[in-house]
Amino acid sequence: MKKRNPYLFAILPLYIFTFLFILGPIIYMVVISFLTNHGSLGYSWDFTFANYIKLFDKVYFRTFTKSLSIAFFSTLLTIIIGYPFGFWMSGLSAKGRKLMMLSLVLPFGINSLIRLYGWIIILQSKGILNNVLLSLHIIKEPLKILYSYPAVLIGMVYALLPFMIFSIYSSAVKLDLSLLDAARDLGANRVITFLTVSFPLTLPGLFAGIILTFVPSMGLFFIADILGGNKVVLVGSLIQDQMTRGSNWPFAAAIAVALTLITSVLLYFNKIISAKDGGQ
Amino acid sequence: MRKKYKFPYFYLAFISILMYLPFLVVVVFSFNESKLPTIFTNFSFKWYKELFYNKRLLESLLNSFLLGIFSTLASAVIGTIGAVGLAKTHYKLNKPVSYIATLPMMIPEIILAMVFLAFFSLLSLPFGFVTLLIAHTAFCVPYILIMVSSTINTLDKELEEAARDLGASRRRAFIDIILPLLFPSILSGSILAFAMSLDDVVISVFVNSPYFVTLPVRVYTQLKTGVTPEINALCTIMLIICLIGITIYYILSNKKEKHKHD
Repeated sequence: MKKRNPYLFAILPLYIFTFLFILGPIIYMVVISFLTNHGSLGYSWDFTFANYIKLFDKVYFRTFTKSLSIAFFSTLLTIIIGYPFGFWMSGLSAKGRKLMMLSLVLPFGINSLIRLYGWIIILQSKGILNNVLLSLHIIKEPLKILYSYPAVLIGMVYALLPFMIFSIYSSAVKLDLSLLDAARDLGANRVITFLTVSFPLTLPGLFAGIILTFVPSMGLFFIADILGGNKVVLVGSLIQDQMTRGSNWPFAAAIAVALTLITSVLLYFNKIISAKDGGQ
Repeated sequence: MRKKYKFPYFYLAFISILMYLPFLVVVVFSFNESKLPTIFTNFSFKWYKELFYNKRLLESLLNSFLLGIFSTLASAVIGTIGAVGLAKTHYKLNKPVSYIATLPMMIPEIILAMVFLAFFSLLSLPFGFVTLLIAHTAFCVPYILIMVSSTINTLDKELEEAARDLGASRRRAFIDIILPLLFPSILSGSILAFAMSLDDVVISVFVNSPYFVTLPVRVYTQLKTGVTPEINALCTIMLIICLIGITIYYILSNKKEKHKHD
């Protein structure tokens, strides 16, 4: 007879917690997404596809496409800003790298909402940005940035940039410098060296960064809420609205399932790409 | 020698300054006498005094700390012994379980939030500290699990075997040998988990109760209704605490490295 493994007690809490409080709730979400909603009365156990069909209503479908486009543009901007940052950061001295790392981590100790509040102060119509631009005579009338699409984009990029920088940095810092020297010795200029050697080798970091910024950017409803006013509605805001004011849980669940599917597809692609990369 | 280019340094400095701009603004306006954060009128400590009397804000700060400490502790225990157990056993379910346990890190927070709201209502759990604790533990476990799992495989197995050969019980060997070796990764995972718990808005907004409001939720409602400058003062204090912590860490880790080189 096999002896009972003494480590069974060690994994038991993890097993129980995972099944009860992670898998359970997720399965429950999938179940309610197929139930029939009765408005404020709650929902009944009648199987239906209506919640999923409702997703293709013009209004809701547009929220999805808009949310995807915000996610896309904020990811693109974090790449444009974050890639050079992470790449050049890896070229600093050991001390400089450490200092830079700490200065990137420090903001995480502060509430992300307070960071957003700082942006409100800067962007509002009588705020710092407008005051500076007005006094420099660059603009004649205060810009209305706050409570608009650009403000949401600024907030998203600001919140997600460190994740992109970390990912790029962690793959750039592993670059084998002798490879770069070899390329230079063989006559490649800096641009060619970057494009043919450095860039392909940092791709795994780039993909990880894309996942880390794209996935959350569809759900960060509070950024859209605070910096966008009511003008920008994300999928996340839609779920929140349906869960609270709309009190249509089955529909909220259907939106969440759709969002999860989109996310999983992205994660799957990332896995394929990184697997391919490791195989080479 | 590689040629030195100045532009990268300018770029790094410029973006870093931009990243600290919102903080700078908040810090500056925490000393502003006027209530409106548009023009700096006069230097004053008024809002720090007000903060001291703002019971609701201080209470939510305390709530956040309590919740952060308890959810970090819970997730550190579950995550650490779970990671050890996963490494030592070969059950078929180990792989799927470790995947599911790290899901909260991968799916958008909003989904986790709604899933918890629905599930806790189904169980008719009273919303408040307990629901917040479960939800926060759920998204804190992955950090510890990943950190500890990644070091556990690099540990020298012979150390544990040696301890066992010398007569240590399995529990003794775990407490005296494995745990101290894992401690750095448990600590860094816990710090991350604590920071995440302290900062969480999305999930907390969904599963909190009016009787147990965390700081981020309080700030969120204030940002929608109208911010009072005490928040600036609070943020400045938190920034300073964080700065001190990081400086200590930096000095300590430098010392350690010097030791290594000696």
